[in-house]
Amino acid sequence: MIKEGADLVVARPGAALREIDVQIVADEVARMVQEANYDLNQDVIDSLHKGLAGEESPAGQEILRQIIQNAEIAHGERVPICQDTGFAVIFMEIGQDVHFVGGSLEEAINAGVARGYTEGYLRKSILKDPLKGGNTGDNTPAIVHYDIVPGDKVKMKILPKGGGSENMSAVGMLKPADGVEGVKRFVLDRVAQAGPNPCPPIIVGVGIGGTFDKVAYLAKKAITRPVGQYHSDPDIRALEEELLSKVNDLGIGPQGLGGRTTALWLAIETHPRHIASFPVAVNIQCHAARQKDIII
Amino acid sequence: MAEHRLQVPLDDESVAKLKAGDRVFLTGTILTGRDTAHKRMVDLLLQGESLPFDIDGQVIYYVGPSPAKPGDVIGSAGPTTSGRMDAYTPLLIEKGLRGMIGKGSRSAEVKEAMKTHKAVYFAAIGGAGALIAKSIKKAEVIAYDELGPEAVRKLWVEDFPVIVVNDIYGNDLYEEGVKEYRRA
Ligand code: SF4
Repeated sequence: MIKEGADLVVARPGAALREIDVQIVADEVARMVQEANYDLNQDVIDSLHKGLAGEESPAGQEILRQIIQNAEIAHGERVPICQDTGFAVIFMEIGQDVHFVGGSLEEAINAGVARGYTEGYLRKSILKDPLKGGNTGDNTPAIVHYDIVPGDKVKMKILPKGGGSENMSAVGMLKPADGVEGVKRFVLDRVAQAGPNPCPPIIVGVGIGGTFDKVAYLAKKAITRPVGQYHSDPDIRALEEELLSKVNDLGIGPQGLGGRTTALWLAIETHPRHIASFPVAVNIQCHAARQKDIII
Repeated sequence: MAEHRLQVPLDDESVAKLKAGDRVFLTGTILTGRDTAHKRMVDLLLQGESLPFDIDGQVIYYVGPSPAKPGDVIGSAGPTTSGRMDAYTPLLIEKGLRGMIGKGSRSAEVKEAMKTHKAVYFAAIGGAGALIAKSIKKAEVIAYDELGPEAVRKLWVEDFPVIVVNDIYGNDLYEEGVKEYRRA
């Protein structure tokens, strides 16, 4: 039993807490939102080149060349890869031996977003009230997911998420009897219906299992996995390979004008499910797959 | 797949020679507008009032650019999803709008209006806003300044790269292109 007024930190001798000033978090967020928007990660650039090498449609090849050239211009001139500089989605993995000092963590994250989007000439796309509108003027608030993990480090991953591809995402509460075939159908239907809208080539994030809310989170998590990295479970990996090849057989191609390169990658994340539920989610990421991470 | 260099605003003759799949480089002036600006335009027209700018023969580019850095004409300026403008577009086409630039497919009503009134729909590459900005030489807000990225701008463009998706003959590149590369 904890006595009232007891000092909980001292009550566990030996568990040294590492202090991190939230100002550091704010500074890193401000830097990372800008870098994410100017510099495409190498894994994505490599996959665009790979797509170009395998593309059969002449228009598709030309589009992929221009997308690569666009990334080079953005990197060289420090301008955004895409004018939709996104909703700042931030994944925080916080070691349980970390103690944040110097103010509110979430306020610091948002201060970093506001500074980064303003200093970096990034577009402010967030409306204060989902029904009445009104731009917040600094692209805050961020969407922040917190995970508490062992250790004394903080891992931050920032993903500026564009609206066009996000809008093509969906959650389906399938029946357990639908099985793996149901999952495949759901994913392929979703990508086919999205067609040209999410700026293909895309990256497809799939969540399977959990609850209604968890499965959407899994799909979002899946799109943050580096392009080229399969799931560690061989069965899930086989499903990833099969679905990626089927998505590309849809023929949607670069910008939806027809071609072989519909998706650069497809990643699946899973979670245990309730005996009565079979949730599946698809989160679509466009080729402007911007993300940066850091360990503090 | 033919290639054309065209003057904008567009005339009848230019529009008639465009076929779905053609690559086109536009030079001249175009207008920008997206969701809120479209709603305002259509509200005015429905009230029988005139627009604060002329749309006859014009091409509208669906874009909400990022802010320009000091010394730059405009920030990144790639297309936004056109489908969100579908509800407003047929009336604007009826009032003389000649072309639209965006990304993504259009509704049956928009396609019908394009055929009837001889307008075309072009795709620009979504997510290539830094590259596209290179062909924009001057930008000026001409209406709805308070809408920020959604304000209506006039853009002076040089060899602005687009692809014809819907021509005046009823062809649709999104449908035809995908059929060609589909492997069921
Ligand atoms: S879907 Fe992606 S590439 Fe396309 S406009 Fe939106 S953020 Fe840019």
